[in-house]
Amino acid sequence: MKIAVCVKRTPDTETRIKVAADGRSIEDAGVKFVLNPYDEYAVEEALRLKEAGGGEVVVVSLGSDASQETIRTALAMGADRGVLLRCEAVPPDPLETARALANELGASSFDLVLFGKLAIDDYHHGVGPMVAELLGVPCVTAVSSIEWSGDGGTARREIEGGVEVVEFALPAVLTAEKGLNEPRYPALRGIMMAKKKPLEIKDVALGGGGLAVIGLELPPARAEGRIVGEGPDAVPALLEALRNEAKVL
Amino acid sequence: MANVLVVLEQRDGAIKNVSHEALAAGRLIASAQGGQVHALAIGPSDLDVTGLGRVGADRVFRAGGDAVLLYQAEVCVAVVAEQAALSDAAFVVVPATAMGKDLAPRIAARLQCALAADVLAIDVTDGLVVTRSVYSAKAVARVKITAERCVISVRPNAFAPAAPVAPDGGAEVQDVPLPVVEGKAKTVRVEQPERAAIDVAEASIVVSGGRGLKEPENFKLIEELAEVLGGAVGASRAVVDAGWRTHSEQVGQTGKTVSPQLYVAIGISGAIQHLAGMRSSKVIVAINKDRDAPIFKVADFGVVGDLFSIVPRLTEEIRKLKAR
Repeated sequence: MKIAVCVKRTPDTETRIKVAADGRSIEDAGVKFVLNPYDEYAVEEALRLKEAGGGEVVVVSLGSDASQETIRTALAMGADRGVLLRCEAVPPDPLETARALANELGASSFDLVLFGKLAIDDYHHGVGPMVAELLGVPCVTAVSSIEWSGDGGTARREIEGGVEVVEFALPAVLTAEKGLNEPRYPALRGIMMAKKKPLEIKDVALGGGGLAVIGLELPPARAEGRIVGEGPDAVPALLEALRNEAKVL
Repeated sequence: MANVLVVLEQRDGAIKNVSHEALAAGRLIASAQGGQVHALAIGPSDLDVTGLGRVGADRVFRAGGDAVLLYQAEVCVAVVAEQAALSDAAFVVVPATAMGKDLAPRIAARLQCALAADVLAIDVTDGLVVTRSVYSAKAVARVKITAERCVISVRPNAFAPAAPVAPDGGAEVQDVPLPVVEGKAKTVRVEQPERAAIDVAEASIVVSGGRGLKEPENFKLIEELAEVLGGAVGASRAVVDAGWRTHSEQVGQTGKTVSPQLYVAIGISGAIQHLAGMRSSKVIVAINKDRDAPIFKVADFGVVGDLFSIVPRLTEEIRKLKAR
């Protein structure tokens, strides 16, 4: 099976966010960037499929040169080769990203394209299903388990108060939810080998898109609270505060 | 003049409340643009769409049939795209639920237009500006929609549904045919959990546990407290990663972002990624043995000490309170 995994470079989940001087973006200095956590599940799923049935795993990313490091992380996990669609800035409208990826993916015939269900920076949940739509292939999003059959599979996705069971045919686009699998850590040998794996760089020109970020702010700080007491004897004071002060009980 | 098409969500033949919220968001945009709000309901053919005129819809379209008793993405995107054209809609509003998060990007790609996802607020004073939570609620972005057409998904609980105006505003209901789509992905069933738990993202009270509980079995303390409060059980990333709890309960950056009326954090130290997922809760209570734990920085009320003696007492006292 020929599998593409689309990945994104995002700030680490433990990173503190600072707003840059332009007031519209984050301050990159001091921020640790990682492979988007949801993309790790996508990479892992691709590797397991390849290990079970052979084929090729290609990692594709859109971004600046810094995204090479992100692609190398996926190569160190075991992917075969990488493609960087290089551009200086990625516009905030996810359709522009989807168009660039669909152009690249459509030119090769992949049996399966995997994404994380969302990127933890912009939170769009958008690019995966957009690419599917642009390529005219079926898509299941936020998949938490898959049973594979010959030419397709059955995917489960969590919805409010239940689980949707979706049958799909290949070729398809799937986006991965946490819990789909347990992603492996790159081993030292994998990291060494990743340095020699092919990483093709293609410059792409993106449209401006239909969205403009005009401001970025940190959420308002919470008013300082208080310790109502210590140990079980503080329980009455806590209940008193919840009932009469906060009025939530 | 630009019309707004609002895609409604139904479950088991009833229009969900999030659909009313989406109608309120659609009304806001339509009023600023001098257009109409067209509501599109996709579901069973006897789907009850009465009264939508009272909560913001000027016209109501119903695409009903046995083929769409469950959410079928490929059919829905075709229906919405068709109706958007017929309604001359420049904007399509969708609730940002599991369905909407799946459907909205497909619509945007089909219509070749922009997507503003999971928006928290819409400001129409100077063009169309939406507020979005980014970096998992560590920051809030104000995004101007410069496109002439855009799909907007709205976060549940972010928009207040319009108070119904009486009598029905006279919105006419028109049945529209379902297109025949040769689907290559099909929802075959929805599995309901044996014990219907309240979803942590939708609950008004959430009781979350973390590593301070020491053993997975001790989550019983969390479950009992959640039960007497009528709330949902949440979990920190540490205990989900350790396999104690399922991911659907995880609160934080790679889990759910919640904003209940009351959030009780028990044995959770308060890593940045956890705080990002719950800091917009109305009232936060923290119970932790470590007085210096970061969770106390965001908590309105804290109790320092051994959770194994505090939580049972708290559960007991609340049970007494409720029994009165």
